Amino acid sequence: MTDEKLSQAERDEAAYFAERAAAAGVGRPLSQGDTPPAPGEPPTLFDVQEMELNFGPQHPSTHGVLRIVLKVDGEKILEAIPDVGFLHRGTEKLFETETYPMGIPHTDRMDYVAAATNNHAFCLTIEKLLDVEVPRRAQLVRVILDELQRLSSHLVWLGTSGIDLGAVTPFWYAFREREQILDFFEEYCGARLTLNCMRIGGLPFDLTTGWVERLLEFVDDLPARIDDYEQLLTDNRIWKRRTVGIGVLTAAECVEYGLTGPLIRASGIEWDLRRAQPYECYDELDFAVPTRQNGDTYDRYIVRVQEMRQSVRILRQCLDRLEPGEIRGKVPRVIKPPAEEIYASIESPKGELGFYCVSNGSNRPYRMHCRPPSFINLQALPKMAKGHLISDLVALIGTIDIVLGEVDR
Amino acid sequence: MKILTPTFLTYVKVLLIVAVVPAIVGFVIVLAERRIMGFMQVRLGPNRVGPKGTLQGLADLLKLVTKEDVTPARAEKFVHFLAPVLAVIPALTALAVIPMGPSIRLARHVSTPLWVADINIGLLFLLAITSIGVYGIILGGWASNNKYSMLGGLRSAAQLVSYEVPMGLSLVAVLLMTRSLSLVEIVMRQDRMQLWFVFPGLLSFFLYFVSGVAETNRNPFDLPEAESELVSGFNTEYSGVKFAFFFLGEYAAMIIISCVAVTVFFGGWLPPFGHVKALSFLHIVPPFLWFLAKVGFFIFCYIWFRSTFPRYRFDQLMALGWKWMIPLSLVNIVIVALAILWTPGRTDGLVRLGWLFGALFLLMFFLAKLRQALARRDRLASEPAGTRQSALKA
Repeated sequence: MTDEKLSQAERDEAAYFAERAAAAGVGRPLSQGDTPPAPGEPPTLFDVQEMELNFGPQHPSTHGVLRIVLKVDGEKILEAIPDVGFLHRGTEKLFETETYPMGIPHTDRMDYVAAATNNHAFCLTIEKLLDVEVPRRAQLVRVILDELQRLSSHLVWLGTSGIDLGAVTPFWYAFREREQILDFFEEYCGARLTLNCMRIGGLPFDLTTGWVERLLEFVDDLPARIDDYEQLLTDNRIWKRRTVGIGVLTAAECVEYGLTGPLIRASGIEWDLRRAQPYECYDELDFAVPTRQNGDTYDRYIVRVQEMRQSVRILRQCLDRLEPGEIRGKVPRVIKPPAEEIYASIESPKGELGFYCVSNGSNRPYRMHCRPPSFINLQALPKMAKGHLISDLVALIGTIDIVLGEVDR
Repeated sequence: MKILTPTFLTYVKVLLIVAVVPAIVGFVIVLAERRIMGFMQVRLGPNRVGPKGTLQGLADLLKLVTKEDVTPARAEKFVHFLAPVLAVIPALTALAVIPMGPSIRLARHVSTPLWVADINIGLLFLLAITSIGVYGIILGGWASNNKYSMLGGLRSAAQLVSYEVPMGLSLVAVLLMTRSLSLVEIVMRQDRMQLWFVFPGLLSFFLYFVSGVAETNRNPFDLPEAESELVSGFNTEYSGVKFAFFFLGEYAAMIIISCVAVTVFFGGWLPPFGHVKALSFLHIVPPFLWFLAKVGFFIFCYIWFRSTFPRYRFDQLMALGWKWMIPLSLVNIVIVALAILWTPGRTDGLVRLGWLFGALFLLMFFLAKLRQALARRDRLASEPAGTRQSALKA
């Protein structure tokens, strides 16, 4: 994106936001009836009566243990301050205390609905540090696992954000398919949630017999299933009224906040690491990066649903290209990378998931830092929530698609 | 058979309504709701307690009754206690005027109608007494000393009071046709006119049922409890028997709304097309069962809505109520009044009105479908190319 475009976008954004803020009554000078009561005087009906409301950490719609301190006037949100850290387990510090391969299971526990992509990002970083070539079969299987994980993560998002807005039924349909995906994972690596399904230089296991055929069957079935979810939500008037125009983020804002993933794509920026910095074999696969222009909750919904369709396409191509071969690259038994600093990232279901590794030449990282998409995307919440109602806050938490394991690490 | 005096029979009927209705609520509706929703949501629903899960309601009831009854610290104790009672008593009282069937013979020379009381202000009594139930929710939300409960209470205060208006107004339009407030007389008149009032009162019925769903806090208008936003709202701080009372109150209110819909719009205990000779075999089914089947259908609709729709937002709900429902119900009154004015005392005017409404509803339905199809076409056009092709089928 050039500077010229950005400044245009910024101008648009300023105008748009001023308009929206005015419509929502944000920053409006208090009219006579709105003046806060003078100290000692009883409040009248028309005063802004600020109430502080603790939203979470024990709340069904915060998707974990997020706490949001709300300042509300009636139901209107004046201020929303996310308070994170309830699930902090010091994962980054744990990486320093253990050897490189021992770090992989810790990544499972970060974004726990998308363990495969976490494993992938971690392994990719170490492989880049070691300069190891991953065999082609391993690359393809990794992409298959990634896309299955993207599907299952989006399905969890779809179900839970539906429940947040009171649509209970899509949840069960989404989880029906997610269950099948978890079955595929279970058959591959024995685990359903904390997969630990990748190794530095390749994969721990080869695929079991019949796995590919069964997956092909499932993949052929999936587009019709996605139609089912869309049937319930996409053209539903209530669903649209709850999502269109809610939590609008302009392209410039997304860039400012460093947002990635479906959030930035719903705001009109075609930024997908699978396309922008292809890793593994994504450069030879034919898929589109869905984008939308309005940057509201509805567009983020559409983008994610379309991404699911693209994942189906990618899965088909990968399954078609699978050939027998090696699954582990040439990796020394004891991994002692050269003393270097390196950053590698992948497109996780939530956005750019990267690891920054500082090696001092020993068998443990000197420092391992994670770039968690959930955490960085969550920054936009106060901006999105301001001026909306409490019901919208629930929709907004859902639309950011946070996993608290990743936010707090 | 001296014991079967009318007074005695009335007592028996009152007892039945107070004792049997909670049982029906506990066993049949809750179980039906959970099983039907399970069916709609590709899962099984409760099937462990008793044969096919039929005793699940009893298990739930036992659980609630044996649970500790917690009153939060600094809650308004008396009001906190009073609220669930207020929620449930009016709903049960209202059942007294619902005619569930014509007279049945109990013994020789002894017969009794299937209603407790046929009062000449029946419909007014119903509206009045059910609005008392609203206080239960408002007071419960306020007395709990919990911010979420209070928000729930505030929501219900606004929502329930607003939707009383279109509900009452939609019934006014029907009253023009019934010329009586007595529910028994309303059913009788539908029998005499050989016309259910749902036909000329299609719009009234629509308005009534939508407001009814809003009145009972059910999806898509379940904002006062909104578990994903307000963590159950007004009943967050309730447990044990008090919670059971709120629960019972909600389901009893559902029954009332359905009963009134059936009585006023769907001919109460009358079989469908009862005056058509070819369909006279429908009279074989006892009237009470017709009534039950119709009420069951509306309760099924409640469950159906719940598993289909997302929830409205509060301001949208109020906008819907004040900008659409109330003006529409006023227009409806005018239309019905004009129809009656032009064809006084005759049924054919009302029938023509029914055809008009039917045509309008069909038109609206097709317009909505068309709009949906257009939106879908636009959406598909905006999808990236190649998404819908099955890419590789070599």
